[in-house]
Amino acid sequence: MTALQIIFYAFSSIAIFSGMMVVSSSNPVRGALFLVLTFFAMSGVWLLLHAEFLALILVLVYVGAVMTLFLFVVMMLSVSRINVREGFVKYFPIGLLMVFLIVGLTVTVIGPNRFGLLNMPTPIAKSIDYSNIESLGMVLYTQYAYPFEVAAVLLLTAIVAAISLTHREGRKHKTQRISDQIAVNPKDRLRLIKMPSELRIKPTNTGQ
Amino acid sequence: MENNLLLIALVIILLPLLGALIAGLFGKLIGPRPTHTITISLMSITFLLACYVFTTMVLNGYPAVEGVIYKWVQAGAFQFDVALLIDKLSATMIFIVTFVSLMVHIYTVGYMADDPGYQRFFSYVSLFTFAMLVLVLADNFLLMFFGWEGVGLVSYLLIGFWFKREAAVFGSLKAFLVNRVGDIGFLLGMAVILKYFNTLNYHEVFTHVGSVLDKTLNLFPGTPVSVITFICILLFIGAMGKSAQVPLHVWLPESMEGPTPISALIHAATMVTAGIYMVSRASPLFEYSTVALSLILVIGATTCLFMGLLAVFQCDIKRVIAYSTLSQLGYMTVALGASSYDAAIFHLVTHAFFKALLFLAAGSVIIALHHEQDMRNMGGLARYMPITYLTFLIGALAVAAIPPFSGFYSKDAIIEAVQLSTIPGAGYAYMCVLVGAFLTPLYIFRALFLTFHGKERLSLHAKKHIKESPWVILVPLIALAAPSIVSGFMLVGPMLFTQPRLLGASVFVLPQHNVLAHMAMEFHGAWLMAIDACMHLPFWLAIAGIGTAWLFNIHFVEFAEQLKRRFSFFYSVMMNKYGFDDFNQLIIVRGCRKLGYFFYDISDLKMIDGIFVNGTGKIITWLARVGRRLQSGYIYHYSLAMVAGVLVFLGWFLLLPLKG
Amino acid sequence: MLSLSDFLIVAAILFGIGMAGIVINRKNIIVLLMSIELILLAVNTNFIAFSYFLDNVIGQVFVFFILTVAAAEAAIGLAIMVVLFRKRSTIEVQELDLLKG
Repeated sequence: MTALQIIFYAFSSIAIFSGMMVVSSSNPVRGALFLVLTFFAMSGVWLLLHAEFLALILVLVYVGAVMTLFLFVVMMLSVSRINVREGFVKYFPIGLLMVFLIVGLTVTVIGPNRFGLLNMPTPIAKSIDYSNIESLGMVLYTQYAYPFEVAAVLLLTAIVAAISLTHREGRKHKTQRISDQIAVNPKDRLRLIKMPSELRIKPTNTGQ
Repeated sequence: MENNLLLIALVIILLPLLGALIAGLFGKLIGPRPTHTITISLMSITFLLACYVFTTMVLNGYPAVEGVIYKWVQAGAFQFDVALLIDKLSATMIFIVTFVSLMVHIYTVGYMADDPGYQRFFSYVSLFTFAMLVLVLADNFLLMFFGWEGVGLVSYLLIGFWFKREAAVFGSLKAFLVNRVGDIGFLLGMAVILKYFNTLNYHEVFTHVGSVLDKTLNLFPGTPVSVITFICILLFIGAMGKSAQVPLHVWLPESMEGPTPISALIHAATMVTAGIYMVSRASPLFEYSTVALSLILVIGATTCLFMGLLAVFQCDIKRVIAYSTLSQLGYMTVALGASSYDAAIFHLVTHAFFKALLFLAAGSVIIALHHEQDMRNMGGLARYMPITYLTFLIGALAVAAIPPFSGFYSKDAIIEAVQLSTIPGAGYAYMCVLVGAFLTPLYIFRALFLTFHGKERLSLHAKKHIKESPWVILVPLIALAAPSIVSGFMLVGPMLFTQPRLLGASVFVLPQHNVLAHMAMEFHGAWLMAIDACMHLPFWLAIAGIGTAWLFNIHFVEFAEQLKRRFSFFYSVMMNKYGFDDFNQLIIVRGCRKLGYFFYDISDLKMIDGIFVNGTGKIITWLARVGRRLQSGYIYHYSLAMVAGVLVFLGWFLLLPLKG
Repeated sequence: MLSLSDFLIVAAILFGIGMAGIVINRKNIIVLLMSIELILLAVNTNFIAFSYFLDNVIGQVFVFFILTVAAAEAAIGLAIMVVLFRKRSTIEVQELDLLKG
């Protein structure tokens, strides 16, 4: 059992365990936090695969931004935590079945007899000054510059969409609108009318 | 000469039709007097022509003439023509038909004088004559069936002549429908004949009988029936309907709702004899089927006895004569069954005369009493209506078979023929006709005594106006009385006992059934037969019958009442006419109605409307409702479906190559 | 030694858990979104594993873009959820059946 294997098994088991907890926890905040743990664990696995940049990005962007957003929303919505358990027990067998099916199928296909060490040998170790970031950047800004810019535009679109979706008109309550007050015109407030003085009205006979 | 005869026959058929058309279409225009003048003169010409034909064919012995008038249908291998056959049998029949029809035409002038439908009546009677003549002169079964249906139709029109009376409408419908039942048998018989002989022409069928003798057909799988027997039984069912044999006899008493002249024409002389004629005509077929002959014997005998029994208890004078007709038809049928076709036709001829006479005499009484038909309200009419009384007496003596009147010869011949016949059922038939020989004089003389003798039970109004009928009514009576006396005497020799017989080759008898030949050996002339009668049982039975009638109606009138009370059950069975009418009404009429409702309810409403029409709509609705459940609106259902689909595809594409 | 199949198996398990999370979850839309994140994570792992073993950096470029898109999608998804909550006052998946046929 090499160190590599120990690390791999440790991280992946943490990831799988916390993945299960994400799905089955009654408290959505807890679920979100478990997802964070999953991301951390997978980041460790990615580091084993010499994908340092992406592992870091996973933690920084995904956990730092996306999961934070998740937590914000969860806490904003303040969902009660009582009734999550209800459906869980009823539908647990189906879920289990599903997992088994998918995993079973996939394992049959991608099992060791196809993708084992015989077919896909461990690649040659790179030199010490191999920089993952550098090799990524060499490709990203030359060959894939166009998709890179498109991704940026995509993010802009996402911002616009999110804001336009959730933007509310101001609440309908009475406040002072100072700008309107200052900009008022006497003509809008006052109207002078000329009337003749009133004629004396003769009193009418009352009651007879 | 042959073409002349054919032309004459065609004219004989068409003249009454012309009279019917003129009276029917223009009757209202030209008025009653010209109508009856035209129809009676046309009928007289027809009668004279028929006499000429009769003389040529029968008295001068001209051979049979057959000719096609018009090619009717050509359908593949089958050809049906309007073709006429003139031979001794048809010549005899047209003579009878035209004579009685002419008498009825003349009689109608007096009887229906004050009826608003006068011209319509003449038109119908002439139309009837036309149809009957076609029936008799036809040379193939199909044309005969045309005439058959024609007489049935006109009988319906005439019975329901006074169509505003409910009883008349009921009677006419009953006659038509019961006749229809018989017609089904006839049609089926014709179909079988067509299948096995490929033709409906008499001559061709009769000459090829030999080739069909040993063929059988399977009625139901596993029950083979001889083809000849099958054909004969089916044809006889048709005859049963027309000639009112048990159990298709139920229409005849109700048909008395029609005016009396048509009872004389249709239900005495012509339509009811069509069945007898048909069986005689088809004698080459019937001879070869002993089963059919047995059946005919038994049914005829049953009709003869049981209807005669009913006639004793009737109170309406026309009903007595109607049941008498039924009984006499039974005699004719029995004669057919005993293979003595000549005797059957002989009795048909004599019966036509005396039965028409009886009906017309009864009509004379009815009209003298202003349409009173119940005999309990008559009595002692002999002194007021002597001629009517005399003619009625002659008719009664004839039907009672008292020598030397005509009925004696024909009836006696039948009784003897049945006695000598060896066909199974002949013994039973002999018993029945003997008892019938006792019952016939009993009921007819009872009617005579009740109507013309004894105490007067007339209503006051009738008594004031009673007198003898006008000469238009009396002349037909006298004209029919004469043959009733002499026709038997004159015809018995030539018709039955000389060789060759009067009807010659028209009728075919197998040697082993030839009872008439046996009887011929003991025949020594008509006079001797008359005198010899007192040595035979039927004569004494007749005398006993007359005596019993005299006893019960003249002498011991109260005794009849006591007997009625003693045997009340028997009496009620008689009054219910053995329950035939009740049976028909209850089971057949109600059964058909219930069947109709059942089909309306179940198959129309429930099945077609419910299942097929509404059901398809409901199925579509149901399908839509089930399909709607797929759209649950829940994300997890949709995602589950997607995952399931993915799994299926995954499994399909990944595992299949693995297995194979 | 670690082989490719080990990494792929881990990714497959995470994928399955994510799928199960989508299907069995009835009470919380947020868990749905989190399950989607899990699925995306599994896919990313797949890409990176292949990229390592096939010695091609293109896999990592793709992961880069997937991460971008996933972030954008999570943001918009949460925004929609917020609006939904404003309207329906509930985030139970069971209550969201307006498209029921």
